[in-house]
Amino acid sequence: MDTFGLLAQGLLTALEPMNMLYALIGVTLGTAVGVLPGIGPALTVALLLPVTYKLDPAGSLIMFAGIYYGGMYGGSTTSILLNTPGESASIVTALEGNKMARAGRGGPALATAAIGSFVAGLLATIGLAFIAPTVVKMALSFGPAEYFALMILAFMTVSAAFGDSTLRGLTALFIGLGLGLIGIDLQTGQARLAFGIPDLLDGIEVTTLAVALFAVGEALSVAASKGGDSTIQAIKGSVWMTREDWSRSWKPWLRGTAIGFPIGAMPAGGAEIGTFLSYSVEKNLAKKPEEFGHGAIEGVAGPEAANNASAAGTLVPLLTLGLPTTATAAIMLAGFQQFGLQPGPLLFATNPQLVWGLIASLLVANLMLLVLNLPLIGVWVRLLTIPLPWLYSGILLFATLGTIGANPSTFELGMLLAFGLLGYGLRRFGYPIAPVVVGLILGPMAEQQLRRALAISQGDPTILVHSPIAIVLLLLAATAVLLPLYLRARGRGKVLAQLGANED
Amino acid sequence: MSLDSQQQERRRPDWAALAIAALLMAVSVVIAWSTASHGAGASYARVGPTTFPYVIAVAFFGLSIWTVFEAFRGDFPEREKQEISPILWIVGGLAAQMLLLKAAGFSIATALLFAATARAFGRGPLWKTIPIGIVLSFVVWVIFAKGLQLSLPAGPLEHLLF
Repeated sequence: MDTFGLLAQGLLTALEPMNMLYALIGVTLGTAVGVLPGIGPALTVALLLPVTYKLDPAGSLIMFAGIYYGGMYGGSTTSILLNTPGESASIVTALEGNKMARAGRGGPALATAAIGSFVAGLLATIGLAFIAPTVVKMALSFGPAEYFALMILAFMTVSAAFGDSTLRGLTALFIGLGLGLIGIDLQTGQARLAFGIPDLLDGIEVTTLAVALFAVGEALSVAASKGGDSTIQAIKGSVWMTREDWSRSWKPWLRGTAIGFPIGAMPAGGAEIGTFLSYSVEKNLAKKPEEFGHGAIEGVAGPEAANNASAAGTLVPLLTLGLPTTATAAIMLAGFQQFGLQPGPLLFATNPQLVWGLIASLLVANLMLLVLNLPLIGVWVRLLTIPLPWLYSGILLFATLGTIGANPSTFELGMLLAFGLLGYGLRRFGYPIAPVVVGLILGPMAEQQLRRALAISQGDPTILVHSPIAIVLLLLAATAVLLPLYLRARGRGKVLAQLGANED
Repeated sequence: MSLDSQQQERRRPDWAALAIAALLMAVSVVIAWSTASHGAGASYARVGPTTFPYVIAVAFFGLSIWTVFEAFRGDFPEREKQEISPILWIVGGLAAQMLLLKAAGFSIATALLFAATARAFGRGPLWKTIPIGIVLSFVVWVIFAKGLQLSLPAGPLEHLLF
């Protein structure tokens, strides 16, 4: 069947009343949680995972799609109205958006972000639907060696290529890989690094780790630094965009989408590069470049579209290759795994209804968000005024709720506490968080592919460089580590530090 | 400017970074030791269940050395001064919830975490925040345990009302 037929069938699934309801709950919860300061999309998804535990796979994943997109929308509202440093989901949006809000143009800034996200989400989801079958066809020809090379590339781009230090990125990655070793070895059944503790035999839950690092670690570091004097900008004047706003916004939306989607879709990760690229493109093309830095609407419209387009783009490697390239994607992969589903080319063959229902429900969720966001913006803004003590008390309540709901054991809560302290330490010393999460979930998969490849070649390691695809991927991975090292040594590291992001 | 660079001079070597390096070294040793002592069973494949752990142990070793270098070069970012007591409050709250969860049930145990976190951010007093926490956690328990069928431990309070 062709893409259109499959997508139409998916739409039928997504439009079933129950599934519509799940999507609506998903986008509402996602936006509400994503709006809260200090909560990025990754934590939003991790915190809301328990809500989906008891649903059937299709309904659960549809709700999940809504949460994912809702969290993205919510994040941009926060960064426009509350110039939160450290909220990396849309740093660039905050640059111009917060300036606009200060100048009393918060309404149009939010509107162009919401509509830009909608346009980008729509186009990127359609792009996902069209690219996915091609990538799946290609992926089916991949052997274990190619998969292993692909994962090495993802490891290196997630940890070493961006951010302000190769060392700290790699250390974070290896912490994740080390944690991934814990538990029973998948191929031989041998217990590794379990230290005789039965609770460790099943390995470490990705959601426990993510919630601990993001929620508990963040709460500890905010409480300990007593900082965070950020003021919320009240929305003054009209929420609606003027004719001029529209004419200045639509081209950046499309350009942002065109920049963001391919970057997100590459199986290499690399956080917010798209938003920065889009920002500089808009700055160069703007008719009034002098407005940049003082609240230019193009500087909100473009990066916001790029941000959402690349978020949809990361679903390409996630769904077609089973390769998570961001912390958010890693947690979504865990969401799939709770139903025993392994994303990858085979899922398209064995469970097409589920995959296409998911893709179609992204379209539905996107539309719902637009309808929900423009009129309800006042409600979301009120969520921003929750005082910090109640906010973080509530965050920790829900963080532990998720952990207890998944596994009501004292040991699991102890791990939450321990990883929370780890998260605090990582933040304190400038280590990125995302590589730890990606390393935990991708490490065991990479090991399996490596051992499978070597089993096929009967132990001959040259199989890893036997195919041109694998060689190219490994060379790219080497470049991703060595080029930034060289640039930093030459004093060009600032640009890379800007491109890095902790969350998402 | 000169004061800044003087301060930086004084910070070298960065003792906290050296401590991290020591920690990474310890992790390396623990992984290698644990793999060596448990991987007794003879493996047929050349790349068995012990290969990957050894690779990672070696990587931690290398990262540790690299961290020592960066500690001496002062490559770690500036750190703000931190207050210890909020951390202790939150850690204490999490520990209290963990230990009391089975005996006191979800609502009471979580209320202690809630109140301790509020206290860490300077909101009190506890005799006010604990009851607020109990009410809130109980509502959450009803929604998730009764509505969404999540298995959240019930204690005296939950048994009293359900």
